[in-house]
Amino acid sequence: MTQPRTLFEKIWDEHVVVHEAGSPAVLYIDLHLVHEVTSPQAFQGLRDKGLKVRRPDHTQATLDHSIPTTDRTLPIVDPFAARQVEQLRINCKEFGVPLEDLGSEGQGIVHVIGPELGLTQPGMTVVCGDSHTATHGAFGALAFGIGTTEVEHVLATQCLLQNKPQTCEVRFEGVLPKGVGAKDLILALIAKIGVGGGTGHVLEYAGEAIRSLSMEGRMTVCNMSIEGGARAGMIAPDDKTFEYLAGRPKAPHGQGWNDALARWRQLPTDEGAGYDKQVSIDASALEPMITYGTNPGMGVPISQPVPDPSTAANGESIRKALDYMALEPGKPLLGHPVDVVFIGSCTNSRISDLREAASLIKGRKISPHVRMLVVPGSEKTKRQAEAENLPEIFRSAGAEWREAGCSMCIAMNGDQLSPGQYCVSTSNRNFEGRQGKGGRTFLASPLTAAAAAVSGAITDARTLMQ
Amino acid sequence: MQAINTFSGKAIALPVKDIDTDQIIPARFLKTVDKQGLGKNLFNDWRYLEDGSPKPTFLLNQPRAEGAVILVAGDNFGCGSSREHAPWALMGFGFRAVISTSFADIFQINCLKNGLLPIIVDEATHVDLLASAGGDEPIELEVDLPNQAVRLPDGRTTSFPIDAFSKKCLLAGMDQLDYLLNQDAAVSMYEASHRDRVSTL
Repeated sequence: MTQPRTLFEKIWDEHVVVHEAGSPAVLYIDLHLVHEVTSPQAFQGLRDKGLKVRRPDHTQATLDHSIPTTDRTLPIVDPFAARQVEQLRINCKEFGVPLEDLGSEGQGIVHVIGPELGLTQPGMTVVCGDSHTATHGAFGALAFGIGTTEVEHVLATQCLLQNKPQTCEVRFEGVLPKGVGAKDLILALIAKIGVGGGTGHVLEYAGEAIRSLSMEGRMTVCNMSIEGGARAGMIAPDDKTFEYLAGRPKAPHGQGWNDALARWRQLPTDEGAGYDKQVSIDASALEPMITYGTNPGMGVPISQPVPDPSTAANGESIRKALDYMALEPGKPLLGHPVDVVFIGSCTNSRISDLREAASLIKGRKISPHVRMLVVPGSEKTKRQAEAENLPEIFRSAGAEWREAGCSMCIAMNGDQLSPGQYCVSTSNRNFEGRQGKGGRTFLASPLTAAAAAVSGAITDARTLMQ
Repeated sequence: MQAINTFSGKAIALPVKDIDTDQIIPARFLKTVDKQGLGKNLFNDWRYLEDGSPKPTFLLNQPRAEGAVILVAGDNFGCGSSREHAPWALMGFGFRAVISTSFADIFQINCLKNGLLPIIVDEATHVDLLASAGGDEPIELEVDLPNQAVRLPDGRTTSFPIDAFSKKCLLAGMDQLDYLLNQDAAVSMYEASHRDRVSTL
């Protein structure tokens, strides 16, 4: 009898091409996603060495990080962004890599379009020069972010040299209360384990609360694995996964679908398989979560006050963070004024996120002193939202409905906070200056963000829900 | 990549925990297609005032930072974004090694691929180093990669871990890509024997 194995171990074993003594394993990569910011130096490396892209058919490029989210018919004003965008076009053409360019239905944030196109599939290894590649783990894939040198390695060889990580099971037991969702789950986990808690590990999320999440919700959870230090997070595929993928353009069809399904059903962790570490959280006891500090581990239930650094374990870091955030220990977060609300990013820009925010905004106006940006994750999501009249709900409430991209999550494209502004953001990082130099970020769910937009202050969305 | 063997040099300390790569190099400097020229923007938003002039209180603007080649930083250095611009910026400034109790996974991999040595030390040594490298008098450290050791100012040495393969590549200045390219036949064989899955796309 074979040894029981975890989901991670099955995918790892399947993808080891060769493992020589004294060297890391050579791991085969099934899907390589590429964007404009972390790839130019990698393509240049190929050019300098006279190498080709080994498997352009396993590579997909798009534009997301540095592109404007305003009118796409206008030229890109920022000359550096324009150069980077143009360079990706040149590189894709020269090396035969497919590109979902601006204006095409497939364009969008890499971690939104991979699943939407059906490129992301269970059992795959997926990489991208972007730390939020963990998102694709929601499909039962081993997906992780890599640097530009590794991008070059994958382009040239379709392989990576990897040391085997350890495994950690994260169980979310119980039923999620109403108004508490995927974003709150992952923020609660990171608050518990800290931003380095998952270092060296691949997380596997399990338990009743995970099973009950939609595929979009599962992507939100896996997306932020890296904020807990884990390069990858994954969830065993089930009927929801298969239902999401069925009929997508790049998903298998016909007999290929049946064959794939048979393979995918073998992926979940075997009974009796062990993990190096385990963490458990009672999902039924959670509240909406929000961050108060300058890393994603500095989060609290929304009803809680700003922590006091003099009594906290990580006091010095908290003191520094509160100084940057200009927040007072012991004061409630509820009611704290907000200048900007951002709904978007690879964490929360999918159709279900937009629907959730719209459901709270509908029939209301956003606070007159709040600027609200709603940025769909992809062109396809944007079109779907338009078919459901969601832009009209946002616009009539006073929000901006924009074109697809990373936008104010990384603030490379002109969508940014001014110094000192407070923003409730559905993105994944509240680092100093992340959303614009001097900007102050509260990370939260789409519902919490929408509630803040309506009331102009941090608000428990449940008080606005019927 | 430049080979690393043994080197000595000035160490300075930035005693902050969980320094993320957005602080090491803010995203707006990532709109480049080169690896060079990022050193001037290392720790940009901690380093410069609103008008672009150096902030006198920040470590890198002080005389003791001049010629420093080793950075001693707080726990979990390099967390967050996968941007390889972070080690490029550190190396652009002149750093050859970073010392901490832990590094974020992707950052550590990126360092090893570029010849920036991530040195993990135990907590007690780390506390000592943060104190001594954080003082007014500059300290010198000797890094000995073949023996995986750092010689401290008081003459003691402390050892550090590194995987055998990365060590071999760093000592030889060898690009890890060459190793992968040499596996070409094995990769082709793998693709042929896993055709079902590999041809899914």
